[in-house]
Amino acid sequence: MNHPQEAAEFLKDVANAKWHDDTLWFVRDKRDKISKSVPEWEKLRNLASDIKDNVLANLETYLVEFEKNAIANNIHVHWAKDAAEHNQIVLGILNEHRCKAIVKSKSILTEECHLNPFLEKNGVEVVDTDLGERIVQFLNQPPSHIVLPAIHLKKMAISDIFHEKLQTEKGNDDPYYLTQAARKHLREKFLAAKVAITGVNFGVAETGEFVVCTNEGNADMGVHLADVHIACMGIEKIIPKREHLGVFLRLLARSATGQSITNYNSHFRSPSLGKEIHIVLVDNGRTEQLAREKFRNSLKCIRCGACMNTCPIYRRSGGFSYGSTVPGPIGSILSPGIDLQKHSSLPFASTLCGSCSDVCPVKINIHEQLYEWRQEITKAQGTNAKSISMSIANGIFAVPFAYKLSASMMRGALKILPDSITYSGLNTWGKQRDLPELPKETFKDWYKKNRK
Amino acid sequence: MNSREHILSKIKTIPRDEKPLPEIPDFSFEGDLVEKFTQSIQANKAEVIGEDELADIIAHNNFRKILSLAAHFKDFSNTELPVDPHQLKDLDLAIVEGQFGVAENGAIWLTDENMGLRAFPFITEHLVIVLKKNSLVANMHEAYKKIGLAHSGFGLFIAGPSKTADIEQSLVIGAHGAKSLRVVLK
Repeated sequence: MNHPQEAAEFLKDVANAKWHDDTLWFVRDKRDKISKSVPEWEKLRNLASDIKDNVLANLETYLVEFEKNAIANNIHVHWAKDAAEHNQIVLGILNEHRCKAIVKSKSILTEECHLNPFLEKNGVEVVDTDLGERIVQFLNQPPSHIVLPAIHLKKMAISDIFHEKLQTEKGNDDPYYLTQAARKHLREKFLAAKVAITGVNFGVAETGEFVVCTNEGNADMGVHLADVHIACMGIEKIIPKREHLGVFLRLLARSATGQSITNYNSHFRSPSLGKEIHIVLVDNGRTEQLAREKFRNSLKCIRCGACMNTCPIYRRSGGFSYGSTVPGPIGSILSPGIDLQKHSSLPFASTLCGSCSDVCPVKINIHEQLYEWRQEITKAQGTNAKSISMSIANGIFAVPFAYKLSASMMRGALKILPDSITYSGLNTWGKQRDLPELPKETFKDWYKKNRK
Repeated sequence: MNSREHILSKIKTIPRDEKPLPEIPDFSFEGDLVEKFTQSIQANKAEVIGEDELADIIAHNNFRKILSLAAHFKDFSNTELPVDPHQLKDLDLAIVEGQFGVAENGAIWLTDENMGLRAFPFITEHLVIVLKKNSLVANMHEAYKKIGLAHSGFGLFIAGPSKTADIEQSLVIGAHGAKSLRVVLK
């Protein structure tokens, strides 16, 4: 399946699709409001982008500095070149502690490495503890959004699965009631777990510490009750200095959910007495992306999800339609670098409107990179139907006379154009779209009449 | 070659232009820090209360197990800090001192020395943080300046109670951590 096919599936449930679209737009709107309340917002975005440029230019130096300081803080540092090695390292630590059940807070990296199925295959029970992640785990689904993992689900679906798994009242879909049921269930898991896994939002080279941000407090409930904390971190999550956290923490939650900061921002520098912290530094394709100059700065991403919330395609096609760990605009420039064949439809799942780049807190030129990937993919695959219809349009817009002529011709044609042409395979844009109602006259005619 | 060497040497072979690290300017804030802090933390669903109110709240709630690590409110404690954090699982109220607060977002900085056990501010049903008004700073840049390179094993910016909106974006307070956060601003 490719993106258009999956999107068509998603759009079959019209009411749900509309709800999804509206809900994500609501999050985008909250982001707009709160970002406008910070006068230096644009300066912060520039600073964040420049800091990340510096990181990518000196990545090897910062990684070594981070490792040195982390080791000095009694943290065990591991390096994994790919997902398989990452998973083996984690399993090795679990085996060493004879651990057969773990709690895990949100980590896109472990999703990317498919850690859960690997551990389960090796007899380890994995409990995702973020509420949204626990919900999708119960349903054997991946998260459909990196910040809002269960945003594709309506509350009755959650009520049904909780009834089945947690014996909640059938039909009770009150969010407070369901959350309290999950709280009780997950408390038992937190209290029993010997090992807790988290992701990492930022690793600070200067101090060897790392920062994990949550609103639920699930990462902290896990790691402070467990004997061993394993933190899985992509190598691009490094920042040079502690003071840079000031810039990124100001941007992250405001961009993600429109709140001024996440309620828990935990800075792990060294383990408590008698406990262990392990960090697994993971490459898994990041060095390849670093080597692609045009796509390098996709590695600046701080995983806020703002590009998803704003994207007209993501909002109307859902996270699953992308078939990649990170969906949406940023995922569509990261995923082709991992598997070009599998993800070749993703850079086309965009209007190139540029809204993703406009909201990105680290100023990644996402829409330009989507366009660049299209060139790469088209080179690799030859022309397809979409590019033919695009080149016809280009021909019309390039010549003023042709445009003038075609405007009045189109006005006639739009009325009589049969659906078989409008919605033919040649015109991908016809799918899931209705043609607008036609104005009575062209803009040119209206202007002549009204401005003379 | 091990994976560490493999990754580092691979990065070194990639030609990249030098990109300077930017200076972070001072971003001024004009306004009342207490007012801004209060607004910010209320937006995060925490409450700001006075000293007397805390006594009232404790008197009117049926908190069975209370532990205060804040010197000023030690008398409210009816239990001791255990060695094993699991024994805090039935803690109703935890009271801690915060080092300083951040006006722009309501975040309060705590480190190991304030928490006794790292699980303490999370596992409790309800949390109170005692904070001095004159400790407030305007924004996160000032906050990190204040922290400097001070070494603590664990540091936490806590800005509200545990919350989630994972079910249809409906805000629910009390996901896994404390179900309420009250700040005594002195």
